[in-house]
Amino acid sequence: MFDQDKWQEILSTIKKNKLRSFLTGFSVAWGIFMLIILLGSGKGLQNGVETEFKQDAINSIWIYPGQTSIPYKGYSLGRQIKMTNNDYDEVNKNVKDLEYISARFNASWSGSISYKNEYGSFDIISCNPGCQQIENASIKEGRFINQPDIEKFRKVAIIGLKVVDALFKDSVNPIGKYLKVNGIPFEVVGVFSDPNERDMNRIYVPVSTAQKVFNGGNTIHNLSFTTTGTPEESKKLVEYLRNDFAKRHNFDPTDMQALYINNTLERYEQFQNMFKGIRIFVWIIGIGTIIAGIVGVSNIMMIVVKERTKEIGIRKAIGASPGSIISLILLESVLITSFAGYVGLVLGVGLLQLLSKAMENVPFIKDPQADFSVAIYATLLLIISGAIAGFVPANRAARIKPIIALRDE
Amino acid sequence: MIRIENLHKSYTTGVNKLHVIKGIDLRIEAGELVSIMGSSGSGKSTLLNIVGILDNYDQGSYHLDNMLITEMSEKKAALLRNKYIGFVFQSFNLISFKNAMENVALPLYYQNVSRKKRNIAAMEFLDRMGLKDWANHLPNELSGGQKQRIAIARSMITKPKIILADEPTGALDTATSYDVMKLFKEINDLGITVIIVTHEKDISEMTNKIIRLKDGLIESVNGTKILVEDHVNEMSNV
Repeated sequence: MFDQDKWQEILSTIKKNKLRSFLTGFSVAWGIFMLIILLGSGKGLQNGVETEFKQDAINSIWIYPGQTSIPYKGYSLGRQIKMTNNDYDEVNKNVKDLEYISARFNASWSGSISYKNEYGSFDIISCNPGCQQIENASIKEGRFINQPDIEKFRKVAIIGLKVVDALFKDSVNPIGKYLKVNGIPFEVVGVFSDPNERDMNRIYVPVSTAQKVFNGGNTIHNLSFTTTGTPEESKKLVEYLRNDFAKRHNFDPTDMQALYINNTLERYEQFQNMFKGIRIFVWIIGIGTIIAGIVGVSNIMMIVVKERTKEIGIRKAIGASPGSIISLILLESVLITSFAGYVGLVLGVGLLQLLSKAMENVPFIKDPQADFSVAIYATLLLIISGAIAGFVPANRAARIKPIIALRDE
Repeated sequence: MIRIENLHKSYTTGVNKLHVIKGIDLRIEAGELVSIMGSSGSGKSTLLNIVGILDNYDQGSYHLDNMLITEMSEKKAALLRNKYIGFVFQSFNLISFKNAMENVALPLYYQNVSRKKRNIAAMEFLDRMGLKDWANHLPNELSGGQKQRIAIARSMITKPKIILADEPTGALDTATSYDVMKLFKEINDLGITVIIVTHEKDISEMTNKIIRLKDGLIESVNGTKILVEDHVNEMSNV
């Protein structure tokens, strides 16, 4: 295979037929380039949406009370449903695949928070320990809310990194310091960060403390929990919860406005299905691009052989065997397509890198990267199909009588 | 060198069968300078192609250097052409993207001679043709006479036993034609058999033996008429 003289002959032929070589290579390079861009964009979109989802747990179910819209057992419609700590306990007790659970009490306070002379307005979220996993918050220092905080109504706060930046100047360690929340002092026991930038403007306090301090009784404004069940199971669970709450709060189980249940796993699954769709779409276009490339290469190879018929005749007249003719044409095509495929690969990956940098802050697009092995396989496919497309006419040309080839004008 | 007996060849075009060579007997000894003449359609080019192993025949026999040339693989035919025969064509048939030197050197590529050696040999032959200064020119930068001399140099480079020329002066003016013929004579003086197909009388007259073909048969050799019935006897006396 490695015959230096043969390669020299091939290289000089390529060099002296630049346009022909370029056209052969171009369809391959373009096909691979487009494929890489296509696969990369699809992947980027998927990465982007998955990142958005990672901001909260993807397997959580959120329950919000609403207003009844159907009269039920003597109750008129328009009744406000009130959730209480009892709902928290019931769900905690009865849902079998439950992982983390948290209730929330939304205090009707302004959210003005101060430390010494620094003031700021932040979201105050009162919740249970399970809130950390549901919100996907990670502790940077100290700890999150724990069960004793809830039981003993401790006035503690876990604050986001942005809150730390805003209130604690000169890199003072906030742990153990007292914040004033609407004038009431809360001890900072932890600092958290969150994949969602906005959520780092929050401070978390125990739900029981909030209920007590702000006269909330046992009211909760929403309930959220994560499960380890499959999407199918979680759909059944939602069904069960609706019936269970309907019984406890006396509303029609078919009354969709009395209780809102948001199943993120179901939504995640919908996105997954959408991605399946996008992936299939990308593949269809990708395969189409490759087929166009194959057709292009085949076409050019056929023209090349036709154009070289006379040259083949001359070579045969002066002593070239059919085998040497075929290998000359095929090696030339393989050399051009491999090189062009490589160029397409490099250009495609390069462009994706540039795009990746340029679109860093564009939501729903992240790390557009092509599957490298797919690109390599596609290149190999084009090389092989180019070789096959060249082989058929080359074989025919190499076998016709030189006298006929020479007559070809 | 060449021994042909009762050679037949026909071409099939669609439903028509064209009987081009209808039983030719021919003997050409080593070192002869022969011309084959005839009007178009007389079968002279076909005969030359068969002699050059570019085409096969239907009936009879053809011995080249005491070797029976019959149906053989393309590979073997290519080998024999490369070893025994040099071709010169009317339309030169140079490879357009190769320069003069590379064109001359190409037959040696198929003998696996290294690039360096074959280029040296090619330069030597170009020098003999007086074309050393044109070695790096592409064929389309050269005149017809120059192209034909390059083609002759190419046919010579493998030191063949026979040179077959198909209308080598057909595309050249008279003065250039005579130059080319002079070249063929010099080649012949080296002991190489030269066979020239032509329809020009003055060209054929520069050769030592003129074979006239008519309708697929030999009409005369050096003007001596040959009758079909005593074809075989006459030929053996030539």
